[in-house]
Amino acid sequence: MLSAILVMAGIALVLGGVLGWAAIRFRVQEDPLVEKIDAILPQTQCGQCGYPGCKPYAEAISKGDADINRCPPGGEEGVKRLAELLGVEPKPLGEGLEHKPKSVAVIDEALCIGCTLCIQACPVDAIVGAAKQMHTVVADECTGCELCIQPCPVDCIRMEVIHEDIANWKWRYPVIPLKKVA
Amino acid sequence: MQDYLLILIGTVFVNNIVMAKILGLCPFMGVSKKLETAIGMGFATTFVLTLASGASYLIDTYLLGTDLFYLRTLSFIVVIAGIVGFTEMFIRKTSPVLFRVLGIYLPLITTNCAVLGIPLLNVQERHGFVESLFFGLGGALGFTLVLVLFAAMRERLEAADVPLPFKGTSIAMITAGLMSLAFMGFSGLIR
Repeated sequence: MLSAILVMAGIALVLGGVLGWAAIRFRVQEDPLVEKIDAILPQTQCGQCGYPGCKPYAEAISKGDADINRCPPGGEEGVKRLAELLGVEPKPLGEGLEHKPKSVAVIDEALCIGCTLCIQACPVDAIVGAAKQMHTVVADECTGCELCIQPCPVDCIRMEVIHEDIANWKWRYPVIPLKKVA
Repeated sequence: MQDYLLILIGTVFVNNIVMAKILGLCPFMGVSKKLETAIGMGFATTFVLTLASGASYLIDTYLLGTDLFYLRTLSFIVVIAGIVGFTEMFIRKTSPVLFRVLGIYLPLITTNCAVLGIPLLNVQERHGFVESLFFGLGGALGFTLVLVLFAAMRERLEAADVPLPFKGTSIAMITAGLMSLAFMGFSGLIR
């Protein structure tokens, strides 16, 4: 018994050591542009751009495969910063990706059957619950990406717009419209 | 030398890992839709499988011995996963082109049952170190061969006028069955 544990621990240690060494020894310098683009993207990993996450979208932008206006959580502001970084003209958000009012998902707890499908869909782990138990959304974590709505078999998730009140009102980002001269 | 040649031919044609042993069916069905991906998967598997057979022989002989034989499957899985991880990093550094070709298929190999099956068969048939290597190489070459052949056939099936109920995966299954029958013709080539 003891020898079995020792052998497995030994194998795991050696492999872990080799992999750790290899990760340092064979580190690949990634395209720095990808890192910069990735830093601008909001990291919601929502997939609304059509790529499986912010990093793949950043890679697609740097390769020129994707347009800069595919990221709704980033909004106009994000597009503007991307345009600045890449030295291209900013453009409005793409078709069907227009800015929506900030909202959170709400689960109708009386209808929820506890299937966990929405938990698997949530990119930010904002839904808590277990199989056959009712689920609920942690409103503070929810990014409003709407990815949980489609997998729900009983359609018990709806998006609720967050209305501005004293508690959550914030100063707007300063927008200084530029006039075109000549 | 002749022994090794026999092992090689035997594993590629007679005891083909996919067609005779029915292992590694998931990549066989999954990545055989296009010829290029089939070739990429074949090469990645060949690389990993040869290494894995060697490494698992060493582990089985020098680490496990006869007392700890029940750890065989477990330790082989761990070692294969480690080798795949290392290979991925190594190829990524040394050959970005190859990395782009193999891409997603490298990590997929971890869950390829043929890669676990061959080391276990090695133990079962009491192969030595070099024999194990050749058995692994042969098995992987056989896998690559049928994968490429099958992918070529599926590409042509795409264009063929297949009756509606048989379209897609069903005709692929039937083709695989016929291919397996054809490979039975090799049995008896080598004892």
